[in-house]
Amino acid sequence: MKEMLIILFSVILIDNLVLSRFLGVCSFIGLTKNLKNAMGMSVAVIFVMMVATGITYPVYWSLLEPLKLGYLQTVVFILVIASVVQVLEAIIRKLFPPLYKAMGIYLPLITTNCAILGVMLINIQETYHFGGAMMSSFGAGVGYMLAMFLFSGVREKMAKADIPEFMKGLPITLMAASIVSVSFMGFKGVIENLFG
Amino acid sequence: MAKKNSILNEFLKGIIKENPLLVLTLGTCPALAVTTSASNGLGMGAASTAVLILSNSVISLLRKAIPDRIRIPAYITIIASLVTVLQFLLQAYVPALNASLGIFIPLITVNCIILGRAEAFANSHGVGRSVLDALGMGAGFTLALFAIGSLREILGFGTFFGIQMPWITENGLRPMMIFGLPAGGFAVFGLMVALMQKLSRRFYARQPQATMDRQHYPGSISAHTDAIYEEKEVFDGPRPPRVPGADAVPEAMKEPGILAGGKNAESADKDKEEAK
Repeated sequence: MKEMLIILFSVILIDNLVLSRFLGVCSFIGLTKNLKNAMGMSVAVIFVMMVATGITYPVYWSLLEPLKLGYLQTVVFILVIASVVQVLEAIIRKLFPPLYKAMGIYLPLITTNCAILGVMLINIQETYHFGGAMMSSFGAGVGYMLAMFLFSGVREKMAKADIPEFMKGLPITLMAASIVSVSFMGFKGVIENLFG
Repeated sequence: MAKKNSILNEFLKGIIKENPLLVLTLGTCPALAVTTSASNGLGMGAASTAVLILSNSVISLLRKAIPDRIRIPAYITIIASLVTVLQFLLQAYVPALNASLGIFIPLITVNCIILGRAEAFANSHGVGRSVLDALGMGAGFTLALFAIGSLREILGFGTFFGIQMPWITENGLRPMMIFGLPAGGFAVFGLMVALMQKLSRRFYARQPQATMDRQHYPGSISAHTDAIYEEKEVFDGPRPPRVPGADAVPEAMKEPGILAGGKNAESADKDKEEAK
């Protein structure tokens, strides 16, 4: 239990997916213009990440590794993610139309979101057991959501500010991301203090 | 002659005018994560360029064979295979680079530049042009990564390609660790983009906002993508002007360098000093 909590807290706060591992920065900058988009994308990311980990983890450890095909992981994982996204899209559209309305448009984007593939690869690299891998995927998704949530708030404030002409658009967004990232540095050492 | 020019343009556009990283803002993830040193930036740029050239040529050759509906999965599979080959080569010949780039080598697969160029260029142009486009885009990406990497290495660690910079230690200056950390990555990247906006406006006399917005770029992944990026800002009403008639900025204020503006401000200061 303690180990699970350590994994959860460290992937949410310390190794935050966006702000310290730099995965999913494209969507972090592209979709945080308003809170609704940011939340829709985050929910979709958490969902796909959990399902994809549930598939890629057994595929790697029971199929690729015993057959000495570990080097195929990139190709296999990306195909798994692409097909999971396709299948999920079809299922959700058929069974849960309101959910599809809320997060359907984000699903095609997820295939090329490096956060998903990145987390799959990290889970394999860290040699977590299955529960740990699921927990790490969940935590990574929640960390992504936290970063998206905080940053879309920052950007809504920023839209009202008077910004020098040459900093408008992307530059000021990146500077703001830098400051948010500094604030996340404050969490270093939280794990040691919490769990001794 | 005109044709020759346009071929040259195909190559050159990737370096400044449509720089994939600084103007089109594709491939931001590796740009921020691996640019802690100049050599990492250069290595990442070279690796991505190699994949980009090969994927552009393969996709351009297969552009008539791949059915339109499944083109994205087909492209991703091609790119992922090329990346796997590249990973083997790096492991064999430059293990140090492979170790320092780590997880970002397999993540070249999902680098938006590569899929973006496949979608925007290679699937509608011949092999020769696609390779030139890939070369230009790759060069632009590599240069941008190298610039960010060098800046972060010099400011953050006081070294350049691992060699100690003499004037930093001799004068008792300490390197600013923040530039080596994620926060510094965002900041340096932001400043580079700001500089690029300034420069591109001067060189091409176009609105920077028009080049920055995703909606003007056809290389996004699908119609869905464009639909999202085109969604309006939350505050899309006109901002209340601070001075009456904010459009009527005094002509003198439009001069570059009057308002605090990085390099230009410095050069303006120098001009003033010289005038004195």
